[in-house]
Amino acid sequence: MTGGFHLTKRDGISRGKAVLIRLVAVLLSLIVCGLVIMAITGDNPVEVYAALIDGAVGSKNRLWNTIRSMMLLLIVAVGLTPAFKMRFWNIGAEGQILVGGIAAAGLMIYGGGSLPGAVLIPLILIVSTVSGLLWGLIPAFFKAYFNTNETLFTLMLNYVAIQLTNFAIILWESPKGSNSVGVINQASKAGWFPKLFGANDTMIVLLVLLVTVLMAVYLRYSKQGYEIAVVGESRDTARYAGINVKKVILRTMMISGGICGLAGAIIVCGASHTISTGITGGRGFTAIIVAWMSHFNALAMALVSAFLGFMQQGAIQIATQFGLNENASEIITGIILFFLIGSEFFINYRIGRKGGGKG
Amino acid sequence: MKRRLTGLLTAAVLCVSALAGCSATENAGGTAQTADQPATAASGGAATEVSGEQFVMSAQDIKVGAIVIGDENEGYTAAHLNGLEGMKAALGLTDEQLLVKTNIADTEACYDAATDLVDQGCNIIFANSFGHETYLMQAAEEHPEVQFCHATGYQAALSGLENFHNYFTAIYQSRYVSGVVAGMKINEMIANGEIMEEDAKIGYVGAFPFAEVISGFTSFYLGAKSVCPSVTMTVRYTNSWGDLSLEKEMAKQMVADGCVLLSQHSDTVGTPTGAQESGVPCVGYNISMISAAPDSALTSATMDWSVYYTYAVKSVLEGTPIATDWAQGYPEGVNLITELNEAIVAEGTAEKVAEIEAKLTAGTLNVFDTSTFTVGGKTLEELIAEGGDYAKYADYVSDGYFHESELASAPAFDLIIDGIDAQVD
Repeated sequence: MTGGFHLTKRDGISRGKAVLIRLVAVLLSLIVCGLVIMAITGDNPVEVYAALIDGAVGSKNRLWNTIRSMMLLLIVAVGLTPAFKMRFWNIGAEGQILVGGIAAAGLMIYGGGSLPGAVLIPLILIVSTVSGLLWGLIPAFFKAYFNTNETLFTLMLNYVAIQLTNFAIILWESPKGSNSVGVINQASKAGWFPKLFGANDTMIVLLVLLVTVLMAVYLRYSKQGYEIAVVGESRDTARYAGINVKKVILRTMMISGGICGLAGAIIVCGASHTISTGITGGRGFTAIIVAWMSHFNALAMALVSAFLGFMQQGAIQIATQFGLNENASEIITGIILFFLIGSEFFINYRIGRKGGGKG
Repeated sequence: MKRRLTGLLTAAVLCVSALAGCSATENAGGTAQTADQPATAASGGAATEVSGEQFVMSAQDIKVGAIVIGDENEGYTAAHLNGLEGMKAALGLTDEQLLVKTNIADTEACYDAATDLVDQGCNIIFANSFGHETYLMQAAEEHPEVQFCHATGYQAALSGLENFHNYFTAIYQSRYVSGVVAGMKINEMIANGEIMEEDAKIGYVGAFPFAEVISGFTSFYLGAKSVCPSVTMTVRYTNSWGDLSLEKEMAKQMVADGCVLLSQHSDTVGTPTGAQESGVPCVGYNISMISAAPDSALTSATMDWSVYYTYAVKSVLEGTPIATDWAQGYPEGVNLITELNEAIVAEGTAEKVAEIEAKLTAGTLNVFDTSTFTVGGKTLEELIAEGGDYAKYADYVSDGYFHESELASAPAFDLIIDGIDAQVD
């Protein structure tokens, strides 16, 4: 199998060309998805796509749901970014979200009757952030001082957090034994994010965008952000440059865990209004894809989150309209992601005919 | 057809289309019948005025929404979907008039789904998971012109919402009958010398330790005990409604611990497949398990949800109120057991089942007859007389039996009776 093609690593690629390659990838993936849909279900793929779009943005409420899915995914991706940039494999966002969510639900239950909303909601945001921060600090401490494997450590802490959540559910469930806490403060709405500018989810959008912008600025323009990048490139280099690597690891994981904890509060106070192991919706893992695919670029993360939120909401509609269950939309999402990730190859490498070939 | 409220109509159509997002077809005709149902709800007092009419809404104009926790691959939801299809056929609705949202979790996804169904013009919306209840209530509060019905819940009466209702079936009756099938099978095993009388122990895979499950396994046990007095039962909980591998694992463990027959209150085929592999008989739930466990599944306790769905949708068409709590059983044809696995059930089972079902239908047999069980060696009446924690059961017990699903549609029996070993892991 010699002869034929050879690969060379590109030195650089123009922005326009990179975007073009990605667009071609998306186009090809949509065609492949269409063929798959036709082959498996016999449905008209154009109609299925139309239903997807209708389900995601077809009405005001659907559009808001899509925006909300996007924002909840984006904030977790933003939370993971500093850790991954430092090459610290934080697989523990699920757990960090859950401990933040438990703190939020607990404060809603115990503080809902006594504290006014203007005090309660900021308090929840702070306490949840601190909870996630502490949860993130545990593996960072062991990484910094004992060089433990953070991938396993953060992953295993997820299961601890799930058990803590189950404990909280048993503490607060109603009726006893039902494993369901139900909507908290349904009548008083204490601790719920208030409606702003006529929409339920405005506060989610504002909070997430604020955190995203702050994180982009922090990573790009602050000294600490630079330290994270250096530690990520090479710990030895960082040490040689006089950076306190232990301190950077601890600080960065506190930020990462803190934002994921805050995400837990945003999910509980802004969307689900309850605590259960299902509130994360797998976002702690999905966000890893979002962060990596975007090369930690905030705008790209927003776009990828929007795409996945779009697919998730659209999926509900194709299930209703065509009887395709959510797996169908996961297949479509999977194919599109496959092409997008595959396109990175063509952005990084150039393909040419082997030297002397006929061309 | 209703054409009297024309005065109200202009205003009502405006406010209703804003509230309910009337579909284009409804508005295009501009006739009274389509707007009447929401209009009466929106204008409050007008409801009584309409009730004399046969139909306030024609069947072509209604839209029905349903939010379900699983899909057709999961027994509990499959039973609901069958019920919805039955309703559709009975009332002659088209496919476009029934919108089903599958795989909706017990999270805000339920509220979003309900809101979306309202946006699409649904006049009545059902949801089938216990954890959906509070989200559905939230939607019901915001959309008083739409009827919301929730299966297995308990908060309709407490909520004070006129458009929010609970429904369930007297499933304990089906459980009892399926228990009789199990008890007869055990009797056969004793008679054949396969097991000793004192070894007659049933294993039960339950989901969560609360009334819905406890009431279910107690009625199943009482059914078995009515034909096989020496029977005992061990219950273990999976803490999940559907976890196939865990249910299967637990089923096999219980057989290893000496259980000679299995049953389940969970949504998958885990228990029957575990029973099949362990070589013990099994009684399922929701759907026939014979295809999953041909040498093991005797029958399953189930119900026909179409009776309720037809009733509730018809109520909207007729403009009559829907019961706040609805739980019917054998007398109304809601309850039943699935086909008996003739190859393996004990001889005479079909006759015995027919006899018990006739008694339940006639109302002469009460499943929770307080003379048939004790708690800590005492009857329920004695315990209630002693007071303390048991005083709360006084409202349920009279005429010698516990009135299950009569005060509220959701099951209420949550005592662990003698003979059942149900520990929370």
